[in-house]
Amino acid sequence: MTIRLSLAAVALGLLLGLAGASAKISANPLLRGLGGFYTSVVRGVPETLWVLMAYFGTVSMMNWIGSHFGNPYLTLNPFLAGTLALGLCFGAYATEVFRGALLAVPPGQKEAGLALGMSNVRIFWRITLPQLWRVALPGLGNLYLILLKDTALVSLITLDELMRKAQVAANATKEPFTFYFTAALIYLALTVVIMAALHWFERRANRGFTRTEL
Amino acid sequence: MTWAERWELLVRFAPQLWDGTLVTLQLVGIAVLLGLVIAIPLGLARASKHWYIQALPYSYIFFFRGTPLLLQLFLVYYGLSQFEVVRDSFLWPFLREPYWCALLTMTMHTAAYIAEILRGAIQSVPPGEVEAARALGMSRSQALRYIILPRAIRIGLPAYGNEVILMLKASAVVYTVTLMDVMGVVRTINSRTYQYEQFFIIAGLIYLVVTIVFTQLFRLVERWLKVEASRRR
Repeated sequence: MTIRLSLAAVALGLLLGLAGASAKISANPLLRGLGGFYTSVVRGVPETLWVLMAYFGTVSMMNWIGSHFGNPYLTLNPFLAGTLALGLCFGAYATEVFRGALLAVPPGQKEAGLALGMSNVRIFWRITLPQLWRVALPGLGNLYLILLKDTALVSLITLDELMRKAQVAANATKEPFTFYFTAALIYLALTVVIMAALHWFERRANRGFTRTEL
Repeated sequence: MTWAERWELLVRFAPQLWDGTLVTLQLVGIAVLLGLVIAIPLGLARASKHWYIQALPYSYIFFFRGTPLLLQLFLVYYGLSQFEVVRDSFLWPFLREPYWCALLTMTMHTAAYIAEILRGAIQSVPPGEVEAARALGMSRSQALRYIILPRAIRIGLPAYGNEVILMLKASAVVYTVTLMDVMGVVRTINSRTYQYEQFFIIAGLIYLVVTIVFTQLFRLVERWLKVEASRRR
């Protein structure tokens, strides 16, 4: 469940991040302002608060929406609320990573694409995006590791992920140390696996590039 | 709920929110200062060239950076009481209290991150400067005190500022062990008034304001210490 939650949040976060980064470097001042507002507000407020807000803070809104569809008891389930909250946070940090990466793609290449008669969307997919990954990958990897640990916060809204399972087991057996420590080891193991995967991805993304050795 | 009623609620709970803010500030302030003290030997050992000196701090840092703060907090607050030894020891009066547990966990957590910042900073001190100090006849500890550490502090300061803000946000989990920080106060108000959105937004604003104040403070300190990276801006 922890893994599923983190992947769902990353998927949402990447979309938000790309949108945010595009907004932040766009020529439109309104979009730029919106992007700046998004990143500064989301990054200035604790993840814990976002998680609680997504779950408890949306109750009356969801009830209101639900009442229009004949179900006044509509609420977000913990998984969806957790995904929304963590995706929102991941997106804000990813915006900064993507912004740096977008600026690292030489503008001449975009102009060349335009000169060849490509549309803006096509330039983004064929030229900008493939090169974006290479630059953005180390930053995104770090963010993913942070996100993995933030999934523990979703146990506060009763989603049955690793942290909550450990809590339940600890309460049932009266052996809290054993179970919390086991959970800690599982988090560490996940971290190691993800680090190895990221290393592999980075090597793949960097095919044809030499690394600067000091 | 009209605006007047909302305002009345806010006024009624304002003193508690203020107390909560003070608890949060106190926890974060003490944790990042104590954490820095612990991190200095850890970071120095991490930058060592001998593997046997590196091994212990490495595993400490790996553990504390690889697991969630919430889990560490539960491990200390609930976990330690599983052992008779801990319950009988002279430390028990402290480890029984949520406040000391939270402080201990946050300090150890942030120390691991600060140690890594310090290691990065020490390793990016230009080697020529260290060699120059040695060539001028400074001993290794003199070079460390007068050249390496002052340089490393200036290199690592912006990252340390980030870490303080990350800790501020991470501290929001301590309400789970019944502490009355900003989140704790807000959760209590939630359950008393059933007003969720309003007080979540107020909590968000409190954290935002504190973040902005901290950012400005660090900018001042950076200017005072003449940090290179911030002068370029």
